[in-house]
Amino acid sequence: MNEHQQTLLEFMRQQSDKLLVQTLQHIGLTFISLFIAVLIGLPLGIYISRVRKLSGPVLGIAGILQTIPSIALLGFMIPLLGIGAKPAIVALLLYALLPIVRNTYTGITGVDSNVKEAAIAMGMNKWQVLFKVELPLAMPVILAGIRTATVINVGVATLASYIAAGGLGEFIFGGISLNNTNMILAGAIPAAMLAILFDFLLSLLQKLNFKKIKGAVKMAPVLLLILSCFYFIPSAYGSKLTAGFTPEFMGRQDGNLGLVSKYGLKIHTIVISDAVMYKAAKEKELDVISGYSTDGRLKAYDLIVLDDDKKIFPPYYAAPLVREDALKKFPQLETTLNKLSGLINDSVMTELNYRTDYLHQTPERVAKDFLQATGLYKPQQQSNGEVVRLGSKIFGEQYILTNMYSMLIKGYTNYGVETKTGLGGTKIVFDAMTNNQIDVYPEYTGTGLLAILQAPQNVINRLQSSKDSTYAYVKAAFDDRYKIKWLKPIGFNNAYALMMRRQQANELHIKTISDLNRFLKY
Amino acid sequence: MIKVSNLIKTFGQTHAVNNISFEVAKGETLALLGTSGCGKTTTLKMLNRLIEPDSGTIEVDGQNILSQAPELLRRSIGYVLQNNGLFPHYTVAENIAIVPNLLKWDKAKIEARTNELLEKLHLPKEYQNTYPPELSGGQQQRVGLARALVADAPVLLMDEPFGALDNVTRSKIHAEFKLLDELKRKTIILVTHDVQEAFLLADRIALMDKGQIVQIGTATELLFNPANDFVKDFLKEQHLQLELKTIKLNDIWQYLPADGRRINTSQLAATAGLWEALDTFKFYPRENINIINQQTREVRSVTFDQLMSAYSCFKNQVPHE
Repeated sequence: MNEHQQTLLEFMRQQSDKLLVQTLQHIGLTFISLFIAVLIGLPLGIYISRVRKLSGPVLGIAGILQTIPSIALLGFMIPLLGIGAKPAIVALLLYALLPIVRNTYTGITGVDSNVKEAAIAMGMNKWQVLFKVELPLAMPVILAGIRTATVINVGVATLASYIAAGGLGEFIFGGISLNNTNMILAGAIPAAMLAILFDFLLSLLQKLNFKKIKGAVKMAPVLLLILSCFYFIPSAYGSKLTAGFTPEFMGRQDGNLGLVSKYGLKIHTIVISDAVMYKAAKEKELDVISGYSTDGRLKAYDLIVLDDDKKIFPPYYAAPLVREDALKKFPQLETTLNKLSGLINDSVMTELNYRTDYLHQTPERVAKDFLQATGLYKPQQQSNGEVVRLGSKIFGEQYILTNMYSMLIKGYTNYGVETKTGLGGTKIVFDAMTNNQIDVYPEYTGTGLLAILQAPQNVINRLQSSKDSTYAYVKAAFDDRYKIKWLKPIGFNNAYALMMRRQQANELHIKTISDLNRFLKY
Repeated sequence: MIKVSNLIKTFGQTHAVNNISFEVAKGETLALLGTSGCGKTTTLKMLNRLIEPDSGTIEVDGQNILSQAPELLRRSIGYVLQNNGLFPHYTVAENIAIVPNLLKWDKAKIEARTNELLEKLHLPKEYQNTYPPELSGGQQQRVGLARALVADAPVLLMDEPFGALDNVTRSKIHAEFKLLDELKRKTIILVTHDVQEAFLLADRIALMDKGQIVQIGTATELLFNPANDFVKDFLKEQHLQLELKTIKLNDIWQYLPADGRRINTSQLAATAGLWEALDTFKFYPRENINIINQQTREVRSVTFDQLMSAYSCFKNQVPHE
């Protein structure tokens, strides 16, 4: 998308605001969770060193918590605690718990029994023994545990961005979605440096002699609190509404970058994975989200799409892609596939997706019901042995379309049908087509333009997000380059869209993105 | 001062301490002597309630020790451990000041007392601010002793206090220990497996085996009136040396010839042991040594042979079983 290859330094300089905010959030997340983990882990470690028979179960449970994959743990947190900081902090603190509890336990049980006996024999009570003897002597081991926990937390905190808790993971996962190495590095390098820095500082603390540690350990809670506060500084940037965008959307010209440059939209934004985004909008944790215009959850959660009145989102009109040699081989194929053309608009597609995604009906049933309702359905004819190979990408909407095409071909022609559904992403399914593994699959104009053709920026600008000129461009280019034909568009546009809850949008009289922008400004 | 009656302690199936009773007078030093596992340390630890007995009573100064909170009791009983148990994260001065701090002494008093003890125990003042791991074993043990003495508790419990030291250092500390005025007014119970140490430091010795006291008495009583074969066997190996150390010149005074040839040399007090007198011959090979009886101011001059024959007469005179 860029005119020239941007260097990492340029990227970091350009995004320095965000980088600072994310770094502060990252430090904050790490230390809030660490602080709470110390508050819980230290007393727990002391307790199990007193009641030894509990040490096995407690350390076992903490060990099991540690083996739960980070993403899964974050996933478990969402139903319990929603999205944002809370679940992220809880997940991080669970990870930090084991090293702190274990080292506290090991440290205290490792104190020389002679010294402990001397302390008791001098007439110290159990609290004096704990605070004057056991804890100071166990401190190097406990600090080693806290050090391990800190490094783990810096690493795991990158995943917090999945559930909208911010941190350097925003760049890392945004970069991965966008295949933008600079963005990945802009997140990964500071995260690694934080880990190295904190590890180094804590190793210094560990090496101090007993005398100095006394002071340092008293300083530690204060320092932890200060570092924890970093997390709250960024949230001071506020606005009336909160937006939740996917990492991919954040970095795309036809995403947030376009919103900022073309609309001048300034909205308090958190980054979140699309798996939880819709739900969060429904739960009123987010007000504006970046969704796909035909997603079934749009209907399920009563969201509406804001009109893109400045046309920054390129059209993603769906149409069947067919190999040209297949069209020659199967003369009836083109007319059969085109029967669906113009029949499915955005809201119909949303409804169909709703039935599969949300009501969990099978794509076959949804496809058949639709064809029967529109009078297109015909029972299967006798096959003449020739087989049309249909492909689809790995999501519900494509399954429905492929099923419809399969039924149409069987009903209107005497060709047989073989379906190869669930072909990973665009690259896999398109490679399958160019390598003559499939004959037909549904594709979107925007994907063809940006992902397959990788059209230069000046072409994209020239097309000006017009539905017809984009279609014409990809049709000509595919014919020319791949000998693959775009048939007539089906009718719906599965593009990026900004969405709001219907009720809130109505109350605020927001219908378009410009409305939203006006509302935010005044 | 200390009265122990019918003390019993079992760990699982083993009777660690099986019905023990004894008394220790004020200012007396009692050694609990025996092999490992005989119950001597368990007995000692019950005195300051590090271990609670199953049954039996312990009185200190006429008061049952259960009548006081264990922390308060322990602050009034000094305790010296085998491996000194010094706090490695405290300086020497801080280690010594542990009990005074618990007793909430003011700073000046603690400092004065610490300095006093360091001096008495021959520890240079500069050591105050060093940490125990930097000291030698002997120095650490002295700091441990200072820590136990600092609050001037009337009772001192010592659990193998010199067990971890090499022989040379141990004899040096033994000698100092005997001279330390701080210890002279204290009631001391000393646990040891070292017969020599028990004989040297204790006024009375309780020889223990399998959780019971086999014989309790003075060194002379144990040596010359052993209660049974166990006592005899226990002392057998070092019997001669123990006898020579235990027997004082006063004891054999009557067998020393009064007409020995007088030479002009220093005089040895009759309160000294026979061992010491024989030692003098070793280092200063001469014919006679002069021994003075401090009560009568009488001086007798004897040869090595005369000393040995007096010892032999004394032994024949002591009734044997």
